[in-house]
Amino acid sequence: MSLTRLLAVARKEVLQILRDTRSLGIVVVMPVTLMLLFGYGVNIDLKGLPVYVYDQDGSQQSQDLLKHFQASPYFHIVRAVDNVPAIAHALDASQAKMGLVIPWNFSQRLSQGGPVEVQALADASDDNTANVLMGYAQGVVQGYSTGVQISWMRSHGLSLQAAPINIATRTWYNEDLESRAFIIPGVLALVMSVIGAFLTSLTIAREWERGSMEQLISTPITAMEIMLGKLAPYFVLGMIDVAVCAVLAIAWFHVPFRGSYLTLTVSSALFLVVVLLLGFFISVAAKNQLAASQAALIITFLPAFLLSGFLFSIDQMPIVLQWITYIFPARYYVALLKKIFLKGTPAAMLGVDLLPLAGFTVVLALVATRSFHKRLE
Amino acid sequence: MFGRLKQMLIKELIQVVRDKRTRFILIGPPIIQMLVFGYAANFEIHNVSTVVVDMDHSQESRELISRFTSSPYFNVQEQLSDASRAHELIDQGKTTLALEIDAGFAQKLRNGETAPLQVIVDATNSNTALIASSYVSQIALGFAQQAQQEQIERIAPQVIEQVPSVQLEQRPWYNPDLRSRWFFVPGVIGSLTTVLVITLTSFAVVREREIGTLEQIMVTPIRPVEFILGKTLPFFLIGLFDALLIGAVGTFWFQIPFRGHFVVLLTGAVLFLICMLGMALLISTVSSTQQQAMVTAFFVIMPTITFSGFGFPISAMPHWMQLASYAIPLRYFLIVLRGTYLKGVGFDILWPQMAAMAGIGLFGLTMAISRFHKALD
Repeated sequence: MSLTRLLAVARKEVLQILRDTRSLGIVVVMPVTLMLLFGYGVNIDLKGLPVYVYDQDGSQQSQDLLKHFQASPYFHIVRAVDNVPAIAHALDASQAKMGLVIPWNFSQRLSQGGPVEVQALADASDDNTANVLMGYAQGVVQGYSTGVQISWMRSHGLSLQAAPINIATRTWYNEDLESRAFIIPGVLALVMSVIGAFLTSLTIAREWERGSMEQLISTPITAMEIMLGKLAPYFVLGMIDVAVCAVLAIAWFHVPFRGSYLTLTVSSALFLVVVLLLGFFISVAAKNQLAASQAALIITFLPAFLLSGFLFSIDQMPIVLQWITYIFPARYYVALLKKIFLKGTPAAMLGVDLLPLAGFTVVLALVATRSFHKRLE
Repeated sequence: MFGRLKQMLIKELIQVVRDKRTRFILIGPPIIQMLVFGYAANFEIHNVSTVVVDMDHSQESRELISRFTSSPYFNVQEQLSDASRAHELIDQGKTTLALEIDAGFAQKLRNGETAPLQVIVDATNSNTALIASSYVSQIALGFAQQAQQEQIERIAPQVIEQVPSVQLEQRPWYNPDLRSRWFFVPGVIGSLTTVLVITLTSFAVVREREIGTLEQIMVTPIRPVEFILGKTLPFFLIGLFDALLIGAVGTFWFQIPFRGHFVVLLTGAVLFLICMLGMALLISTVSSTQQQAMVTAFFVIMPTITFSGFGFPISAMPHWMQLASYAIPLRYFLIVLRGTYLKGVGFDILWPQMAAMAGIGLFGLTMAISRFHKALD
């Protein structure tokens, strides 16, 4: 292997990247955009959800219950209606997320004693929102119910303590339960997948498509030199993006960073090498840029988005899909990122994720150079 | 004009279907992505691994624990006698949730005091943490209600029948079992169609330019409008075909109910495809290589999917993002998709979305065509 030849290839690639200002701009702008998109757009902290009410009773007590709902930050009573179809229409048209129906005998039942039911009709086409929403509604109604019982007992000369159980929930590693802190570290994996797979696989596929790769092969350069020379500039770009992302995450979004910068750099470099090799392999295997881009989408970006634990918990997936996640490198990198950012797991305990990435590097390097040789023959 | 248009259409369709790999791209990736999305995109939680630290060893504490053991949402793995061991397990990522019941829990309940229940959740995944804590509090609230009932029974057995209480009856509409898949799968149809139509169309147009065949076509008597129509109509048909293909996977494989009218969905899909074709043409007018087109398309697609409400409620986004989402056709198409699949609503409810898509589509297409003219002159 000759360093001069390798550097010559790298230099040519750098020139090509620098000439294409848009691609270069995108390499810089993309991480920032993805960070902002996911940092602001991916949020499940629900507040002020629109609620329609149908108060059949219209009494002091029913108004009191509605005040409890109004006082909760999660609900926003936008409208009072006087029939159930109006609520159904509001749910159909997504104007309300929930409809509350207070029965006509609400106050009567309260004074007579015994249980009375309030209905919460929730738009569960978004199951997650509905689930959280009904949980909050449950809390509000139970709080009201306890209050009613206490005052009833008092008025009968008996004493009852408020809420027999106090639930003290502590959310570790992400104390404010911010979606942001959970999402943003994973964005790094997305950014690197795009750089590694999309850009590299396309640039090299383009050389094949235009026939300039054959010209390159006729020179004394070896396969290894071509691969390393082509990938080196993208490695540098990828590492710059890691730095940009990390600075944004920590300084702008205030995502806690509890690990060390060294482990972040090492793990990122390792993952970047894996995706670059993967991109190289795709470009060798695919015939044209269209096929390369689709393959890159399915093999790198999609798994980084779906099968890495970035958004969706792996342990909630069907078992077969859980096994499949093990063959995608993004899974290990996302795990590393969450440990480094949120948990501050000591470096010695990161081996479980680093070793598989190292394994991918070796295997992919072998496979990529081999298939490159084969394609030339 | 129709003769030339027909010839152009035939040429395009042959070009797409001739290549085995391209044929595969039209069918393989959409189905693979649909399956992966359908199984992986899930916010439901089941069997959250849970440890219990019971320092009280009373009948009451055991009863509270048994409520968790019998819940499908929690998988109580271990009962520990030491809180620090539970903290260790959470640190190591071996368990997600820890319940701690201090000594004196039962005593406090019997005395009518408030008894604490401590919950620790690993919130590195904020969504799991949010839903899990919502379930924890629902279970604990149920237990508290019973405890309160028993307390009243102890204080005043003679009046137990007369004590009022309010209960919430939860009615999740459209999706009574709160299945995440019902929410995601219709959304995936929209997102995949977006990705497919934008990448395929912009690639096809830019490819002609990159190879130089665009100039050749332009010297023939074909007019730009005919060229654009001839170039985009095949992709309109392919997009429609793929949308139906993915929709069929949703209905027959994932068993998502389809409650609306097919014509409503089809109208929405046609309008949406017009928007996407306009977008793809615009991308192709500003790109001179396929790589540029890919990167630009990626830049359009990512925000489109994030802003559209595909996975995360628009109402939880910052205000500026909510405003921006009105310009995104996918936002409207998702409402049409979920409306027809889950809610079974028709034109009377969905006309604003249809009108918005028609408006955006016409505007985009006109802009694309006028820009295209300029690019050719």
